[in-house]
Amino acid sequence: MRTETAPDVSRASRRSRRRTLSYLAFYATMTVLAVPFVFPTWWMITSSFKPITEIFAFPPTLVPENPTIQPFLDVFALQPFAQQYWNSAYIAIVVTIGTMLVSSLAGYAFARIQFPGANAIFLVVLVGLLIPAEVTIVPLFQMFNGLGLIDTHWPIILVSTFGAPSVLTTFIMRQFFLSLPVELEEAARLDGLNRFSIWWRIAMPLARPALAAVAIFSFLHVWNLYLEPTVYLQSTELFTLPVALTRFTDAYGGALWNVQLAAATMTAVPVLLVFIVAQRQFVEGLAHTGLKG
Amino acid sequence: MTLTAVRALPSRAPARPGGAPRRRPHRHRRQDALVGYLFIAPQALGIVAFVLVPLGLIAYYSAHEWNVLAGTFRFVGTENFERLFTDPQLGGVLQATTIFSIALVIANLTLALVLALLLNRRMRGVGFFRTVFFSPVVVSLVAWTIVWGFLLQADGGINGMLATIGIEGPNWLREGPTAMASVVIVQVFKNVGLNMVLFLAALQGVPHELFEAARVDGARPSTIFWRITFPMISPTILLTVIITIVGSLQVFAQIAVLTQGGPGTSTTVLVYYLFQQAFQFGKFGYGSVLAILLFLIVLVLTIVQWMLRRKWVFHEN
Repeated sequence: MRTETAPDVSRASRRSRRRTLSYLAFYATMTVLAVPFVFPTWWMITSSFKPITEIFAFPPTLVPENPTIQPFLDVFALQPFAQQYWNSAYIAIVVTIGTMLVSSLAGYAFARIQFPGANAIFLVVLVGLLIPAEVTIVPLFQMFNGLGLIDTHWPIILVSTFGAPSVLTTFIMRQFFLSLPVELEEAARLDGLNRFSIWWRIAMPLARPALAAVAIFSFLHVWNLYLEPTVYLQSTELFTLPVALTRFTDAYGGALWNVQLAAATMTAVPVLLVFIVAQRQFVEGLAHTGLKG
Repeated sequence: MTLTAVRALPSRAPARPGGAPRRRPHRHRRQDALVGYLFIAPQALGIVAFVLVPLGLIAYYSAHEWNVLAGTFRFVGTENFERLFTDPQLGGVLQATTIFSIALVIANLTLALVLALLLNRRMRGVGFFRTVFFSPVVVSLVAWTIVWGFLLQADGGINGMLATIGIEGPNWLREGPTAMASVVIVQVFKNVGLNMVLFLAALQGVPHELFEAARVDGARPSTIFWRITFPMISPTILLTVIITIVGSLQVFAQIAVLTQGGPGTSTTVLVYYLFQQAFQFGKFGYGSVLAILLFLIVLVLTIVQWMLRRKWVFHEN
């Protein structure tokens, strides 16, 4: 693919033509490869504007022939979708802010403060990385059942903020604080600032890149949770979006595809738009968390 | 534990440049320790409550016959564990789990590496394609799965396209081999962007002089790849293999939405089987044993990763 320039300087035009060809080959290859990544999203959005009669039309229509917004209206008629949207949004925001606080506090302490047992406690906390959520779902269900918290949002909020999912972000924060020069904090300390102020006023502002990664990771994690809400939630009006998306069926249990896809579009597109605006933070943040995981 | 840690501290202190912490030692340190405990308390207590206690409970539940639907709860010792060996479905489940994980790792890593190699160049549009390949990572998993489920219907988009060129496609999600292939493919395109980015970072970390030297020596592209690129990025490859396998063991939403484990048990992976046993059939005791099995598999994989990291990887920064 890469044009290897033969020592053939006299035929510059032929060389540039070969380069153009290799550019074309590159872009053609990439475009073909991009189809399975882009087409599903395209199909999701366009199909949600199709009337049910067109949804299985043959040949398939890439652009709706009779566009309608009826599927989007049906989404709200069939389920309390606005309520479910709010559920997902507020849970994700609460957990994201909570995780940022929990992880940066713990990460800072593990990186900077010397206290008896710190290493042992850190190792115990790291055990959380080894335990997939699916392993502990049965006892967690029983524990929350005993506390009368089944069919509330509490299990999702509490476990996501304080439990295993926040261990990875604590680890990220610890690594980041370790990489910061300690002199700034020591100077602040000599000026009489206490640990809490140093953490909040000096370390946290410096930790913005790491906090952004933590925020993106934990927001997407909670926004996409499926097993947990499936297990913990029973009432339709308490559902989060991923659970709600799977419940758009007609009276006979058949899937209402265009309505379901309209709901999926409303779930996926806002996050995609934020991603397009802040893609560098997303890519770096998620790659970073992925690497440490 | 506490004592040794305290005693260890003074020996560490002089090693720090400047030796400033020598002054005002005791009051400060004790106060610091208290602050340290307060700072880690939310995380540490959360791990105790939501990880360690549940792990203990799993061990306890696993020794009991507990059927939530029938309301029975009695001690049975190792009976649930013995059931692992007599469960006629478990063989199929483990087979499906293994096939899924291996197929996913091979497909995901090959595609990720190809995409990274293609994008590892300075050219207009490279950033755009990187965004395109990464974008499914941020699309809601269930939304992504639903669209693919719709595309893979017998009369869905993919078969519709195939029909326009005269090919009659299978009923993807309702036939054993294609159902498994479908679940793998849906998962690969969802997450391959993440591994691609990791590979791109690794490729950019390989010193340029190595490639130039090899090219001057007249090495062929395939030789350069296998003798230089591959060994140099092997730590990342190993890491992504483990991350991808562990991730593949947790695949739940895709199975629940696309195939519900079917047809038969051909796509019933361990996590989905655990969910079925515990929450659909109400068998919490046996479900706990399956959870222990899942935990052990993840644990072994992690230990293998640590060991391989020491032995096998040529180059570690």
